[in-house]
Amino acid sequence: MVSLLIDGKKVEAAPSQTILQAAQKAGIHIPTLCHAPRLSPSGACRMCVVEVEGARALVASCAAPVSQGMKVSTGSETVLRARRLNLELIWSNHPNDCLTCDKTGECKLQSLMYDYNVKTSRFVAQNPPTKPDDSNPAIYRDMNKCILCGKCVRICDEVQNQHTLAFSNRGMQTTIATAFEKPLKDAGCVFCGHCVSVCPVGALMDKPSMNKGRPWETKKVSTVCCYCGVGCSLVLHVKKGEVIRVTSDTYSPPNYGSLCVKGRYGFEFYKSPDRLKTPMIRDSIDQPFRETSWEEAIGLVARKLLDIKQHHGTEAFGCLSSSRGTNEENYLAQKFTRAVMGTNNMDNCARVCHAPSVTGLRAALGSGAATNSLADIEGAEVLIVSGSNTTEAHPVAALKIKKAVRQNGAKLIVIDPREIELVQFATVWLRLKPGTNVALINGLLHVILNEGLENKGFIEQRTENIDMLRQVVAQYPPEKTEEITGVPREDIIKAARIYADTQKGMIVYGLGMTEHKAGSHGVMSLANLALITGNVGRPNTGINPLRGQNNVQGSCDMGALPDVYTCYQKVDDPAANKKFSEAWGCPLPTKPGLKEPQMYREALAGRFKAMYIIGYDPAATQANINNVRSAMRRLDFLVVQELFMTETAKLAHVVLPTGCFFEKDGTFTNAERRVRRLNQAIPLPNGARHDWEIICQIATAMGYPMSYGHPGEIMDEIARLTPEFAGINFERLAGDGLVWPVWDKQHPGTPILHKDTFTRGKGRLNDLLYTPSEELPDNEYPLYLTTGRRLYHYNNGSMSLRNPEIHTISSEEFAEVHPGAVLWR
Amino acid sequence: MGKNNGHIRFVVGLGSCGIAAGAKDLYEELAAKMKSHPAATLTHTSCNGMCFKEPILEVFYPDGNHLMLGNIHKKDVDKVLEPLLTQKPVDEKFVIENSLQPDKVESFRLKQHKIVLENCGVIDPDDIAPYLEKGGYTALKKVLTSMTFEQVIEEMKASGLRGRGGAGFPTGMKWQFARNTQSEKKYMICNADEGDPGAFMDRAVLESDPHRVIEGLIIGGYAIGAHYGYIYVRAEYPLAIKRLKIAITQATERNLLGDNILKSDFSFHLKIKEGAGAFVCGEETALIASIEGERGNPRLRPPFPAVSGLWKHPTNINNVETLASVPWIINNGSAAYASYGTAKSKGTKVFSVAGKIAKGGLVEVDMGIPLRDIIYTIGGGTSSGKPFKAVQLGGPSGGCIPERLLDTPVDYESIAATGAIMGSGGMVVMDADTCIVDVAKFFLTFTQKESCGKCTFCRVGTTRLLEILERIAAGKGVMEDLDKLADLSVKVKDLSLCGLGKTAPNPIITTIKYFRDEYEEHIKDKKCRAAVCKDLIDFAVVEKECTGCHACFKNCPVKAISGTAKAVHHIDQKICIKCGMCYEVCKFNAIFKG
Ligand SMILES: Cc1cc2nc3c(=O)[nH]c(=O)nc-3n(C[C@H](O)[C@H](O)[C@H](O)COP(=O)(O)O)c2cc1C
Ligand code: SF4
Ligand code: SF4
Ligand code: SF4
Ligand code: SF4
Ligand code: SF4
Ligand code: FES
Ligand code: FES
Repeated sequence: MVSLLIDGKKVEAAPSQTILQAAQKAGIHIPTLCHAPRLSPSGACRMCVVEVEGARALVASCAAPVSQGMKVSTGSETVLRARRLNLELIWSNHPNDCLTCDKTGECKLQSLMYDYNVKTSRFVAQNPPTKPDDSNPAIYRDMNKCILCGKCVRICDEVQNQHTLAFSNRGMQTTIATAFEKPLKDAGCVFCGHCVSVCPVGALMDKPSMNKGRPWETKKVSTVCCYCGVGCSLVLHVKKGEVIRVTSDTYSPPNYGSLCVKGRYGFEFYKSPDRLKTPMIRDSIDQPFRETSWEEAIGLVARKLLDIKQHHGTEAFGCLSSSRGTNEENYLAQKFTRAVMGTNNMDNCARVCHAPSVTGLRAALGSGAATNSLADIEGAEVLIVSGSNTTEAHPVAALKIKKAVRQNGAKLIVIDPREIELVQFATVWLRLKPGTNVALINGLLHVILNEGLENKGFIEQRTENIDMLRQVVAQYPPEKTEEITGVPREDIIKAARIYADTQKGMIVYGLGMTEHKAGSHGVMSLANLALITGNVGRPNTGINPLRGQNNVQGSCDMGALPDVYTCYQKVDDPAANKKFSEAWGCPLPTKPGLKEPQMYREALAGRFKAMYIIGYDPAATQANINNVRSAMRRLDFLVVQELFMTETAKLAHVVLPTGCFFEKDGTFTNAERRVRRLNQAIPLPNGARHDWEIICQIATAMGYPMSYGHPGEIMDEIARLTPEFAGINFERLAGDGLVWPVWDKQHPGTPILHKDTFTRGKGRLNDLLYTPSEELPDNEYPLYLTTGRRLYHYNNGSMSLRNPEIHTISSEEFAEVHPGAVLWR
Repeated sequence: MGKNNGHIRFVVGLGSCGIAAGAKDLYEELAAKMKSHPAATLTHTSCNGMCFKEPILEVFYPDGNHLMLGNIHKKDVDKVLEPLLTQKPVDEKFVIENSLQPDKVESFRLKQHKIVLENCGVIDPDDIAPYLEKGGYTALKKVLTSMTFEQVIEEMKASGLRGRGGAGFPTGMKWQFARNTQSEKKYMICNADEGDPGAFMDRAVLESDPHRVIEGLIIGGYAIGAHYGYIYVRAEYPLAIKRLKIAITQATERNLLGDNILKSDFSFHLKIKEGAGAFVCGEETALIASIEGERGNPRLRPPFPAVSGLWKHPTNINNVETLASVPWIINNGSAAYASYGTAKSKGTKVFSVAGKIAKGGLVEVDMGIPLRDIIYTIGGGTSSGKPFKAVQLGGPSGGCIPERLLDTPVDYESIAATGAIMGSGGMVVMDADTCIVDVAKFFLTFTQKESCGKCTFCRVGTTRLLEILERIAAGKGVMEDLDKLADLSVKVKDLSLCGLGKTAPNPIITTIKYFRDEYEEHIKDKKCRAAVCKDLIDFAVVEKECTGCHACFKNCPVKAISGTAKAVHHIDQKICIKCGMCYEVCKFNAIFKG
């Protein structure tokens, strides 16, 4: 530490800190234009100059390091004169447009002109105006207002790694441009809006928000993004009941100010004219719907469900809830199913994505959740990214991977059949044949064990079953692994050595691992890798699924699964069954219920009569939709709670309109187990009701009174019944939320799991043989088809497709075929 | 030079300046005509500094006699070849020096002292052999076989050599910093981006004696512990690049470059990187960015290149002339070098003298000689014979020094005290026909255009400065403009990010300091005494001198002149664009300018 005097005040600072940082810490304000906390210093604007005793000239405080005994003056007359002249120079080339400029009120230039009382410039002489770039629906670029701070260039380069923007020309002609002045859309821009978020002036604007309101007219509501499992924190700007803009707080996890195009620009779907606003019913699905009152609709649902329970038994009913629903809604859905309908036939859409993660991680570690936080990615030395096209599916998590590689020198191992964007950043790319994950990972395990690179102490003390693992893995020498997977043996060896050589190795994976018949085996194999190298239980290690929807973690945590209550308390565990029966005041079934595909099977067989589907569209998104649709058609009664008339709703007898995430309170749990609050920003559309209220009203109508004043009370009930949530309540969640387990009201949360011991005691090394997928290419069907995520759209597109901005940027889908495959045909 | 083997040896200077003056044609003509003369050989060298005499032909006779001819062209070959071959007198107008006439000395060569330029215009730059014959690479050998890196650095420190790229930072100290940073990889870079208008020292050295620079660079690499080097040359120097490439190949073939140089355990690999013509890329951090493939924008310092430079490795950058001094210092010892020059500025300095000077060219003088010696004794005064007005030192980053300060000695401190800078050694001489506002405008036009655009003060500041100058030159200035110029100049100088902006206002500051009256004349009297600023001058026919020769009529590009043959002509001021053509072509002084 060194000590220095800033404006006569004694300040302590680390020698690596800049004068600006030291001043900020001491609460002394120094104006800046080109400085941003996340970006490398540039020293371009010279607004932050201060006087340092003994220095030849004024120094730029954003870049100058502190030194012992330094005497700094931040507001001397010389400094003020320099700043005023600086503003005069900037203003001499700036359109005098504050009256209609959307930046007014948030503009740094405007407020500096005011602060320094610079009313005009002695040097007025405008550059000839250029035409603003209006070529895309998301970002409006008016380079006439640009003050060339370069922050957009740096953030696009350093944070987004997209390199879309650059300085062009020299001298007074200098401007920020894309390559060959192409429109953003064709210049590699992914519309993350980072550049807009740092622009100090009105040169870059969120186009959908322009002319919609002044910053002082809006209410700022913090909430969580409703798209992917990263669960970015958002700030909604609300004016007169309308969301007019979305930004994000630079200091809030997990995204620290970053967002992707969906989070930032995908906010208009809620006002789509086809939002459902009235309950609709019909007797049979051949008839058209008719609008009705809530009383009638709820009465009908209650009557029908009671009737089916009475005549066909509890097992004729099943409920599917949504990973886009809140924790509270999912909790109520499973409570309803178990307590009111008396069955465990409860599942949620995670079935088709990350249920294998829950199974696999529980089998290996005892907890079906990510072991570490997303922030840990940045500090890892080696990253394995497997089956995750992260840049498209979890864009903000991908930024952390890129940062780890580009700025912190991490080595990246990509396991993916396709040359995804991250391959550019990879040290090794293991391009395996689709479906051969387990074999490939066994091959990696083979190299590590064979070369003695494993962490013997860790294996000894914290794991079990190593001998069996050795035996199985011995069958996967590199040559054989190459044969099965198509990955060259040198690459297998190289990757294995790299990963085994670090104590900061982190595994991140996605649906490419889980969406297989043996999905849970793939997950367990990855766990084996982490376990034998001891890469778990510490910062920057672990095995971390990137969840699909924003609340996959939460919907599973809440027990929206056929075999468990909240946080994986088993329905067939007598103690758990007793606890929940007592709490809910009724006997509960002990037999695990049906999984989603089994429900369809039962329905097709005629044994299954009614389903209640909340915010999930399997008739559009399942692999075999014909099968799903036939199954639904065979139901006697289907209730769907939705925002829009989805494919599934089209097969329903009752459709109940509900609210979207802007319109509700509750919590989401992101991929790193962070439980975070959603705050209602705008009212429900007239006629719609909250999901949780609807469930309560149906239950009550069926003779099981459920009533809560607010979702916070539902969370209190969850906390009472769930040890991992014991310390959680809505007050404590205000701000950045808490990472479960939170064992009591004082507990700070647990970003890293399995520190000293695994949830299940010892980590289990599961010995797994590779089994080929069932349907392999043959002569008749000679090609593999594998699906992928797209940055711009989300799952069935029910939300993302309804955003005009996003739809304009990306409005069609395509299949990629290897030219060789085409020729070969 | 060399042995003649009984031949008469003809040597033509084929530097860029010579070629521009027609030396290549001369060479080819000689080659064709001499083919039949078994007793004569023809070779080439590069620039010997006397650019004002180009093309230059030197003849060496077996008897040891020697003749230097200048301003000799292809068309003169027939006239002179025969007498030269037979050792008969040639037309005196060509002769610069003749060993038979010892009293005929070119004053340009007096007062010069050649260390850096010792081989320039003497050896064939396309061949390593003559360089070796002249003692080339002995310094490298000495260093590798008998000196530790500490000793090399100490020797440089003791020599007092200061960077010739402009800032004058002590070279030994700079090497020490780069040496002190521990790193597996380091870089040694030669800055050959020479971009200031009017400067051509580095080009001449590279074209005339490329091995000397390479040798200095390798020695520097040895001293700081770098195994990789770059020469960053501006692409506008194709001949220098070509000769450097040849030199690198030849040095590599002789194991003077590459792995285990001269069987030592020191290896050094050298690459050429061509600059793309941005002046700012001569600035160290911008140069580094440019080699890295980024836009050549200067970066913040610290970290200094010696700590984190090219690809974040410790990097040392030296100017061409700095490096070219190194072999001499190693061979002759630091004491010998330090015996030239002044207390704080040791050794010699090369200047390129251009502008309105009678004998423009390349000169190398001891540090500390008065400017007057360079302008008058060496340079022969103004080319026009009109009074000397000022000399601009340091190009666009420098300032002008007026006649009354001509006794200022050329050393870093004394020059800086005038407000100019030593810079890299460009000198532009101005006479009474030079308008001082126009000079400032010229340099600001340059720096404003070359500003990388990154920082506000340089980008916008230089533009606004230029606009004010343009206003004054157009007769639209007001007296407050002078205050604005002064205020803004000081701020741009103090607050700009890199050296370009920090020095860009120097031409304004010095011209106002020494020639404020001329500025005021432009503003108050709307008058340009040098008759340069177009908006303040008119062209008119002096009726009593006009013979009606019609020359102006024929040459006016916009047909502003009327008049028939033998009658007095007339200029229509509404059409005239003040191009000055009539003034140039009129043989009867019948056009008035002013
Ligand atoms: C705008 C600008 C242009 C420069 N151009 C050159 C150049 O062309 N050649 C050069 O040697 N140094 C140039 N310099 C100086 C270099 O930055 C650097 O000081 C020099 O190369 C260091 O070498 P030296 O220590 O041997 O002088 C320039 C500096 C600035 C600010
Ligand atoms: S960018 Fe700022 S200063 Fe410029 S017009 Fe807009 S509000 Fe005004
Ligand atoms: S939106 Fe994102 S990708 Fe596009 S230019 Fe801005 S920062 Fe770069
Ligand atoms: S567009 Fe905005 S962020 Fe980018 S350089 Fe200009 S002012 Fe800075
Ligand atoms: S979709 Fe995912 S990455 Fe994008 S803003 Fe939302 S939570 Fe963040
Ligand atoms: S000044 Fe120029 S334009 Fe005018 S008459 Fe003479 S040559 Fe023509
Ligand atoms: S904030 Fe320091 S130079 Fe811009
Ligand atoms: S959470 Fe429903 S599809 Fe992934």
